[in-house]
Amino acid sequence: MAKIKGAVVVNTERCKGCDLCIVACPVDVLALEPKEVNDKGYHYAYSAKPDDCIGCANCGYVCPDGCITVYKVKVD
Amino acid sequence: MNTIDIIKPENLVYTKPKLMNDNPMHYCPGCSHGVIHKLAAEVIEEMGMEDKTIGVAPVGCAVFAYNYIDIDWQEAAHGRAPAIATAIKRLMPDKMVFTYQGDGDLAAIGTAETIHACNRGENIVIIFVNNAIYGMTGGQMAPTTLQGMKTATCPYGRTPELNGYPLKISDLLVKLEGTCYVTRQSVQTAAAVKKAKKALRKAFENSMAGKGTSIVEVVSTCASGWKMTPDQANKWMVENMFVQYPLGDLKDI
Repeated sequence: MAKIKGAVVVNTERCKGCDLCIVACPVDVLALEPKEVNDKGYHYAYSAKPDDCIGCANCGYVCPDGCITVYKVKVD
Repeated sequence: MNTIDIIKPENLVYTKPKLMNDNPMHYCPGCSHGVIHKLAAEVIEEMGMEDKTIGVAPVGCAVFAYNYIDIDWQEAAHGRAPAIATAIKRLMPDKMVFTYQGDGDLAAIGTAETIHACNRGENIVIIFVNNAIYGMTGGQMAPTTLQGMKTATCPYGRTPELNGYPLKISDLLVKLEGTCYVTRQSVQTAAAVKKAKKALRKAFENSMAGKGTSIVEVVSTCASGWKMTPDQANKWMVENMFVQYPLGDLKDI
């Protein structure tokens, strides 16, 4: 069966760490960086479990700052 | 397959619309304004109207909307966006004109302009962001504030005896003959965002078809003003705001 694999790229400098993408993700791929902060001082979101991503783009739709780019590919 | 192999332009599913530039937005983390800006940019881009759209920015949190979407903008005095939009649309009927207003701008100081522009049936789109609070000035009570809701100017909760009832302005506008499409949407989940985008597209198409005024109310959050986290604010909105402001098309002709 063809499997769908996705990848999320977060524009970390634009991210404000609002947490909405993390709540929206159905497979818990994203998380807030626990220690690191960006230039604005926010704990930005990052792809913590990139292998689980299904490329549904829910995170991208709900992101208020448009920091998220989503890619998806079918793997046979 | 490695993540690096997936990140290729041909596999792109979702990205920030091109019309939205890279200026960092001044909105608080988790503010619904960002999503609504993004939707407006996406719809304008998909319709191919980048060069023919004129937005009218309000006074309120969205006052700097012109910094973020690369179309032509006009800044209006507080509440007067529909009046400015009327003038622009009448002078340049081939342009797609929309106003972007908050609840303090549209439902308080600009009530007269809103109602009369809708009553005249101007061929404009009004994007109405209803977060039940004055966000920009620090969370004061707005006409749309819910009963019992605590704000800076009603710290014990809004009471009808003292402050009147929450103003459902979209329901008022439904009664006017000039409006062709009045809808209430939200943007807290991906599904809701997609629905809101469809509504926005329909509103923009109506304005170009000369059918009358279209109003897209977006029930949204103000995490800072409500003193909650963005996630808590979304949940609070679903539990409380949707009871007072039920979603759906109120008028569609």
